Amino acid sequence: MTIYAKLGYTLLGLFIVLNWGFLMGATFRKIGARLAGRYGIPFYQPWLNLLKNISIRTTITHGIMYYIGPVFRLTGGVGLFLFMPMVFTGSPNGLWTNFSFEGDLILILYFQVFGMLGMALGAGQGGHPYSAMGIARGLAQHAAVELPLTLAFLSIAIQFDTFSVYKIVEAQQGGFENWILFTNPFAAATIILAMLGAMGHSPFNLVKAPNEILIGPATEFEGTYLGFMQSAGSILHVMEAVLFMNLVFGGANSWIELIVKTFLIYFWSVFVGMVFPRFKIEQSVTWFFKVPLLLGFLAIIIYSL
Amino acid sequence: MSEKDMNDKVNEMLQRSETNVKKAEKTFIHPEDEEREVVAPDGSIIKINPIYDYFSNEKPTEEKPCSGVIEKFLNWARAESIWVLGFGTGCGSIEIPPLVTPRFDMFRFGVQMRPTPRQSNAFIISGYLSVKTLKRVIRTYEQMPSPKYILALGSCTINGGMYYDSYSTINRLDKYIPVDVYIAGCMPRPEALLAGFMKLKELIKEGKGEKANEYARNFDEYKANQKKIIKDWNMPDYNW
Repeated sequence: MTIYAKLGYTLLGLFIVLNWGFLMGATFRKIGARLAGRYGIPFYQPWLNLLKNISIRTTITHGIMYYIGPVFRLTGGVGLFLFMPMVFTGSPNGLWTNFSFEGDLILILYFQVFGMLGMALGAGQGGHPYSAMGIARGLAQHAAVELPLTLAFLSIAIQFDTFSVYKIVEAQQGGFENWILFTNPFAAATIILAMLGAMGHSPFNLVKAPNEILIGPATEFEGTYLGFMQSAGSILHVMEAVLFMNLVFGGANSWIELIVKTFLIYFWSVFVGMVFPRFKIEQSVTWFFKVPLLLGFLAIIIYSL
Repeated sequence: MSEKDMNDKVNEMLQRSETNVKKAEKTFIHPEDEEREVVAPDGSIIKINPIYDYFSNEKPTEEKPCSGVIEKFLNWARAESIWVLGFGTGCGSIEIPPLVTPRFDMFRFGVQMRPTPRQSNAFIISGYLSVKTLKRVIRTYEQMPSPKYILALGSCTINGGMYYDSYSTINRLDKYIPVDVYIAGCMPRPEALLAGFMKLKELIKEGKGEKANEYARNFDEYKANQKKIIKDWNMPDYNW
């Protein structure tokens, strides 16, 4: 396959991921509405919001970092996509493996933080105290999520002796009994719990809670910037789900399987969010340092013995 | 007392009264917003004037809509995605929370609440507006990105309603900020508010939601009206 064909497939994949992210976001809102006995937003609302945000005429600026912040966030999402094998086709140069390579697990861990750090810089330049507060909370929670997540990733890397997501998916082929969910249950449990924090839904959504601290890091952003951030958020949501699907649930062999699995993974965080109310940030950080971190340690210890 | 002494005394009194007036003017500005000298991190002394340093003092400018089909398409998107600022100004704000409940559910019409003016397009002036709140309303309205819409809820925003002779509330809202839709009543029911949103959507789709440009066009007039009623004007003339 030529590099142009590869680029074409990658861009097409990004387009699918973006739209799937919007649809999942709308589904989340819809499920919440139905639980509250409401009819809820139309399923196409996120596209309308994006169009509306692009059509805003006024743009204010607080300096160069303010522009770059949302771009960083989008780069985080797109970077996560670029180095993640989406659909397992039996060949490392398959149509939908994107630009995954040996060692991309480390890069993916880095890209997860990248967007958040970009937002911290952008929102920091905005100068709004609520932005800074949202960022401080976001980074605190993210650090607490990353620690158990990294331990679980390391445990999986030790288990299969590779840092390549593609090879990890390859090792899980041939039936669900080969999934990491069953071969390495401690790492899987750590990831499934830490995922709740990575998704940022209730009970771990204080970072962007609309009531307590206005809207967190995004307080000062409007119009196109906000549109950028929404798109980046949608891509990130899908990519987080794809990452956990690849690492725990055996990857996907077709787009249909990917869509079903990512929806179920996403639904897990939505389901927890609908049942449990929002944590305070110190509660959520303490929680991540208790259960998932201990499980992560166990996963590491078992596989390094 | 000689005539010269008398003149000196009068002059002194005049001067004193002038400084008093100046002092009185100054008291409107919060101590942290006063013009002063501060030591910069590198040790140099710089003059700062927070009101003019932190905010833009430029006049708003008219922003031309796109042409033809594109603008129609964008207007459709704007009409179907109205983000309302969560700022209740008067007693009418009690009519807004029911809109998010199952009975009225404004989300199905694409209407959502936003907590920050930077992300909002619509502003509900809910009921009577005291002069103190008017100041905050102006600051908030000017911070919202264009195109922006105002829904005036209740009789108080039209002619003062039952507070028509109150010393502390304004009577006609559209003297101070341009209003897109009036929702009459005291108080209008949430259904009336929903009907107001429908009317706003119609106006936007027809390309008539250009009140932000009207505000920019008649900026001096609006500002004169605002300054006439807000005595303690301690903010920049335009808040970005």
